Amino acid sequence: MILKAEKISKEFIRETKNSNRFLALQETDLTLEARSLTVLTGRSGSGKSTLLNLLAGLMLPTSGKIFLDEQELYAMPDQVLSRFRNQHIGVIPQGQTALHSLNVLENVCLPYTLRGEDAHQAEAEALLEQLDILHLKSAMPAELSGGELRRMAVARAVLRKPELLLADEPTSDLDDENTRTVFAFLRQAADQGAAVFVVTHENDAFRYADRCFRMDGGRMQEQSAD
Amino acid sequence: MKISRSLPFRNLAGKPVRTAVLIFLTALLSLTVFGGTLMITSLRTGLRSLESRLGADIMVVPYEATTKSNLENIVLQGATGYFYMDHARYEKILSREGIGQVSAQFFLASASSGCCSLAVQIIGFDPETDFTITPWIKKSYSQTLQKYDIVVGNDLNAFVGDTLSFYGTECHVAAKLDKTGTSFDTAVFTNQETIKALIQSSIDLNMNTFRNINPEQVVSCVLINAAEGYTPEEIVNDINIHIKKVKAIQTKEMISGISDSLQGVSRIIGILILIVWILGIVILLLAFTMSVSERKKEFAVLRVIGASRKKLAGIVMQESLLICLAGSAAGILPGLLILLPFHQLIEEQLNLPFLLPNSGAILGYVIGAILASVLTGCTAAAASALRISRIDTALILRGDN
Ligand SMILES: Nc1ncnc2c1ncn2[C@@H]1O[C@H](COP(=O)(O)OP(=O)(O)OP(=O)(O)O)[C@@H](O)[C@H]1O
Ligand SMILES: [Mg+2]
Repeated sequence: MILKAEKISKEFIRETKNSNRFLALQETDLTLEARSLTVLTGRSGSGKSTLLNLLAGLMLPTSGKIFLDEQELYAMPDQVLSRFRNQHIGVIPQGQTALHSLNVLENVCLPYTLRGEDAHQAEAEALLEQLDILHLKSAMPAELSGGELRRMAVARAVLRKPELLLADEPTSDLDDENTRTVFAFLRQAADQGAAVFVVTHENDAFRYADRCFRMDGGRMQEQSAD
Repeated sequence: MKISRSLPFRNLAGKPVRTAVLIFLTALLSLTVFGGTLMITSLRTGLRSLESRLGADIMVVPYEATTKSNLENIVLQGATGYFYMDHARYEKILSREGIGQVSAQFFLASASSGCCSLAVQIIGFDPETDFTITPWIKKSYSQTLQKYDIVVGNDLNAFVGDTLSFYGTECHVAAKLDKTGTSFDTAVFTNQETIKALIQSSIDLNMNTFRNINPEQVVSCVLINAAEGYTPEEIVNDINIHIKKVKAIQTKEMISGISDSLQGVSRIIGILILIVWILGIVILLLAFTMSVSERKKEFAVLRVIGASRKKLAGIVMQESLLICLAGSAAGILPGLLILLPFHQLIEEQLNLPFLLPNSGAILGYVIGAILASVLTGCTAAAASALRISRIDTALILRGDN
């Protein structure tokens, strides 16, 4: 799958010096290709999450269009877009995203069970194993550490083998070893055919990346990958 | 493992205290609605039953019966008592204009001392002319009553085939009447032949305060229906003016006291239902709104995973549906358990006729109460469901972090 973002921008209503509008993301073009891992860095508040949410179909852009293969993302009605996101886009949002009434394994299987499909438990357990949290599969989210919850969110996002994988600071709570595990994991997803887009502060990330971008005040620029 | 189907259930199970409070609240709601309407209907049915049991436009009694104020007690409250007037007055009444159906009745109270099996009001009627009691007895007993046959009210501890003794005279229980929810449920009915014999026995035993009467020459009251073209008022006035030592009363007026207090009770219950209802809606609305905004982030996560707006709204609605179903079951069940076995006690406490509607109608009220509470809960939840499905997911995700 190829993602093409054409001249997308996002404006928020917020008091600033001259107007009550705030341009969080300036007009941006971006292409994400299959089998490639793209990394985006930048200072806090520069608009990274804003871009990622736009690409995920979670927030309507102020201008511009996003195409996934031939399909225009925001032209789909909500039901269709939701189903599309469920089957083709894996998102690891910023922050903690557990459902507190379900245990770890149930949380991970949610992309399938949400639509009444078979849970694919064995695959979920294999992912937990790789991320070193299989022993926690029956624990409730409240009993987990921040890093364990992050890894749970990673497993959940990749369970359906999405063609587009969007990760917003997936390693912010992790130690070095687990950071390497997760990046190797994301790299593996790219090698298996996904288009992967990672927002991160890790300097190490460049080693796994095919392309690198830097966000500055809503303006995105490509950097050399080394 | 079908979590999608049970996600609303799991969400409720994950917050047991909040869920319990919400269920308790809806239980209270459906209990007041169900119990309240059932109370009001039972009182109405009781009044209608009383009206049809009285069955006559006018009742004529000896004047002293009204001054002793025991008339209404005997007829409406089931107190035991008796009074008599000369048979000649009955003849006089018969000769007045405008009289349609007319029949005499005879009252006797039994005592619970050694002489009698039960302390009850015994009401005798004249099978030749009677138009109030016979049609009703016909429902439980199709033959004609023989001498010393009696028919007992539904609340009495006596059954068909039993022999009861009154003032030393043995009587045979021929039938037991259906429940009426009125004082007639504690009375005994018999024909005039039998009651005259019983009155005589009570005089012989020196247990009747009327010593010098001849049972063959007295009646206790006369029931009258107005003939075509005459109003009960006209006849009542005519009798009260022209016949001495008696008092004619419209039965409608006798029970007007009862229908007044019934209206009072109905209004109180109605207001109660309204208050609980409004309170319930407001509290449920707040509770659902709070419970949803508390979990805003979780709903956003579901959106990220691929739940449509409709699906989110569905989860919220299913949660409220589960609560309302559990709540109405928890409210209606105790309502049934209180009203069905203890309706007699309620009747005694209220001192009003009280007759439960038939089981079909009760089932109707059960369904009605469930629907009402489900409707309230879903209305309350709908607002939060709409709100949660409208917000941009990315904005919710930023919310608390
Ligand atoms: N809903 C909103 N309303 C107003 N301003 C917003 C809104 N969402 C984001 N912004 C602003 O847009 C800018 C970019 O936000 P964004 O979340 O994209 O930053 P970020 O680069 O992801 O930062 P971080 O590294 O801290 O996660 C910020 O200045 C933020 O205040
Ligand atoms: Mg961010």
